[in-house]
Amino acid sequence: MSPNIKYRLGKSGAFKGLVIFFSVLCTIPLMLILFYIIREGITKINWNFLTNLPKPVGETGGGILNALVGSLLIVFYAALIAIPFGIMGGIYLSENKKSLLGYWVRLSVDVLQGTPSIVVGIVIYFWIVKPLGTFSALSGSIALAVMMLPIIVRSTEETLKMLPSSLKEAGLALGLPYHKVMLRIVLPCGFSGVLSGIILAVARIAGETAPLLFTAFGNPYFTTDVTKPMQSLPLLIFNYATSPYDEWHDLAWGAAFILLSWILLLNIITKITTRRWKIQF
Amino acid sequence: MIIGALQQFIEKNEKLKIINMYSTIKKIMPAIVAFALIGFAIAGCNSNSGDERSDTAKGDDNTLLGAGSTFVYPLFSKQFSEYNKLTGLKINYQSIGSGGGILQLTNKTVDFGDSDAPLNEEQAKNMGVPALHIPMCSGAVVVSYNLAEVKDTLKLSPEVLADIFLGKISKWNDAKIAAINAGVNLPAISIVIAHRSDGSGTTNIFTDYLAKVSEEWKIKVGKGSAVNWPAGLGGKGNEGVAGLVKQTPGAIGYIELAYAMQNKMSFAKIQNKSGHFITPNLASTSAASNITLPADSKVSLTNTEAADGYPISGFTWALIYQEQNYNKRSETKAKNLLKLLWWNIHEGQQYCEALHYAPLSPAAVTVAEAILKSATFDGKGILE
Amino acid sequence: MEVWKNIKIKRSFRQIRMEKIFRSSLVLIALSILVMVFAFMLTLIIQSLPSIKALGFGFLYGKTWDPVANIYGTYPFLLGTLLTSFLALLISIPFSFSIAIFLGEYYPRGWFSEFLKNAIELIAAVPSVIYGFWGLFVLVPIVRSIELKMGITPYGIGIFTSSLILAIMIIPYAASLGREMIRMVPAELKEAAYSLGATRWEVIRMVIIPYSKSGLFAGVLLSLGRALGETMAVTMVIGNTSIIPKSIFDPGNTMASVIANEFTEAASTLYLSSLIELGLILFLVTVVINIIGKKVISRFTQ
Repeated sequence: MSPNIKYRLGKSGAFKGLVIFFSVLCTIPLMLILFYIIREGITKINWNFLTNLPKPVGETGGGILNALVGSLLIVFYAALIAIPFGIMGGIYLSENKKSLLGYWVRLSVDVLQGTPSIVVGIVIYFWIVKPLGTFSALSGSIALAVMMLPIIVRSTEETLKMLPSSLKEAGLALGLPYHKVMLRIVLPCGFSGVLSGIILAVARIAGETAPLLFTAFGNPYFTTDVTKPMQSLPLLIFNYATSPYDEWHDLAWGAAFILLSWILLLNIITKITTRRWKIQF
Repeated sequence: MIIGALQQFIEKNEKLKIINMYSTIKKIMPAIVAFALIGFAIAGCNSNSGDERSDTAKGDDNTLLGAGSTFVYPLFSKQFSEYNKLTGLKINYQSIGSGGGILQLTNKTVDFGDSDAPLNEEQAKNMGVPALHIPMCSGAVVVSYNLAEVKDTLKLSPEVLADIFLGKISKWNDAKIAAINAGVNLPAISIVIAHRSDGSGTTNIFTDYLAKVSEEWKIKVGKGSAVNWPAGLGGKGNEGVAGLVKQTPGAIGYIELAYAMQNKMSFAKIQNKSGHFITPNLASTSAASNITLPADSKVSLTNTEAADGYPISGFTWALIYQEQNYNKRSETKAKNLLKLLWWNIHEGQQYCEALHYAPLSPAAVTVAEAILKSATFDGKGILE
Repeated sequence: MEVWKNIKIKRSFRQIRMEKIFRSSLVLIALSILVMVFAFMLTLIIQSLPSIKALGFGFLYGKTWDPVANIYGTYPFLLGTLLTSFLALLISIPFSFSIAIFLGEYYPRGWFSEFLKNAIELIAAVPSVIYGFWGLFVLVPIVRSIELKMGITPYGIGIFTSSLILAIMIIPYAASLGREMIRMVPAELKEAAYSLGATRWEVIRMVIIPYSKSGLFAGVLLSLGRALGETMAVTMVIGNTSIIPKSIFDPGNTMASVIANEFTEAASTLYLSSLIELGLILFLVTVVINIIGKKVISRFTQ
């Protein structure tokens, strides 16, 4: 160490300054993104925007109703598929910490978590779209469910692991059957943790585009039939943002604003539920 | 993360914690109920429409799914929206590129494809059964550029165009460009080439032209719907390339005429086979296609002999299977599809000009009619 | 009395049955996850067999990607992926480590720390298509004007731009993990160093960083995994060309963006299966990186 204390303290201060500088600087891009999306997006939002369908090229106006409802439906069905699997998988892993199957399942959940979303899209195309002979919202939901699964499994597992084993033991000692102990006592105790995992998973996949490219496909008309191709917000943003039409750019900004506020809302809900339960990915 | 949670857990009294959990659940109960309600509301609305649909099998027969060329997308979006007003038939056409249209038709995931290039041998073999090519309209591929300083229309000869896209001419003020554009003040900035990143019939028309006019292009690059570009940026779809050209100073790219016109982009006059510099427009495009068509309508319209014809143009073809009974499709659906295409080549043609597509010539319509009539359901003709 | 007993017995039998069903369904679901992931990998392998057979290892170092001539070499995409990912990592590391140190050591509490923490979580939450959209309309013109000043071809989009976007996107991964790891450094160690007269910087350099380095490394690995597989944001700003990039300002292509661009287009068997083989490679690489990262974390926390 340098003998000069002033030099050393100066160096220490300089480092602190650097750390603060980088930390503050890092929030700037985020602020910029939020600023642009809000500034460009909020002016596009009106009743027509929310309740109309996109117009053909050359006609002004038009809205994103099809994408709005499509996105909600696709995500809803994805959650419907992923939640039971995710929670049961999480319970299994928290109960079988050392078993061989547990090890392999944990590994495959990790594999799934690391899988690029575009690869999920490819595989679901071959599993669902090609055999059924049609693009469909359902195949999009399945692709998104595959992406949700690892987040729900891990958050359930971590939450349940954190609960004191005395809780389970007390239930079993009262003579309650195992499934009642798990579903009626242990799971409700970890409820907020599990729930926050689910909301986090929904927030993660709500903006996913890549897996939907080859599955949900897009649709200019309004539909609630999940066996048909369906439009969704991220797809709409991707398609319209890369187009040269100003009217379409406007639609994309508005859609981006809605998607972003939706995701922010979900994150705030997660924040509230996890104030006591610190669980991240 | 995990550790942090653990520490926090240990910090607090365990008993208290459990009581806390219940109070947390109570607190967030409204949120959960709301979430569930929203979910059920949507699911409910879905099942309602499901009921409507299950009354008859109409829902399924009332939609058609198409995919393919982005070249024809503006026209189709207009035509299909008009046809929807007339008949209520919902046609979902996604502009994923001609290659995509062919692939999705091969995989039988769409009712019809659309391609700016006819099927090649391998593609036809992959389909297994005969597919029909129905010309929908013809369109010009224009060479658009982004030069704020140049007010006059730029002139390009085939050789210069090929050299630019080969990357051999890299500055706008190159002597070769200046030689054919006397009096135009060309800036000394780099040429940024924009091309399609996806398989595309527009690319096929453009490279087909370049291969016809430049021996070097033919050897080095060749023609096809997705080639190995010697230089430049890729954009997805006509939209992508038009977007790139619009945003990048000094850019040059090839796009479909309608895209250039609608976005008020400047495009070059191209020298045709008889030596005239031709501005691409409907008249010059129609002039180029004023030739006798073969019965299967598969013909290239680039670099034709026509003296006042624009040299870079081509047909776009809707692709359908000749035998429409596959994958348990209903006869109604097949009929709807054929009727739609029939409407497209007749009444639908009126929307062409406003969107800068060249309508089919009477001769082409006759050929297309004959092709449509050859489509069958269970071996029987559909359009009688 | 007898009836009452029977009901009780019946009920407990039912409960035992339920218990069995519950237990076996747990195992079944766990198994199905495992089977699904295997089927996932199997699907990718089977679908990419034609190109593996036809092209072998040449696939990896072939320098041309020319679907017209049926030549498929993925070197430009491998290079593009590595360039964007590592460049993004390089840009993001100062930021993510600063945030980790800021939140983990300097200011664990306080309003700005809360704000920063939330901001980091938000960065992770914003969908990638929105990053791409924003990048295309805000970042690209900025980069383009810089390129104009530097006198190079003003593409605007390209490897550099996508690295910038990626860098923002991957900051949260290394930052939040790093924060946890730095928090876990025992107070005794730090206090011992302070009592020897070390300054804050010296404590950070000689105690905190060495102690938490494997955790920081894991965070970087997870960031890398994310960067490699990121698709939409990159596809929108990278330029999508199969030419081997000569500088970081050139347009290029990554494995993920090629798949996104060309998957629905690939009309020949070999073309399609080459794209899937790309997907397979991407899958294997990101999975290996993620698993190493996770292993490092779990070893560190135990």
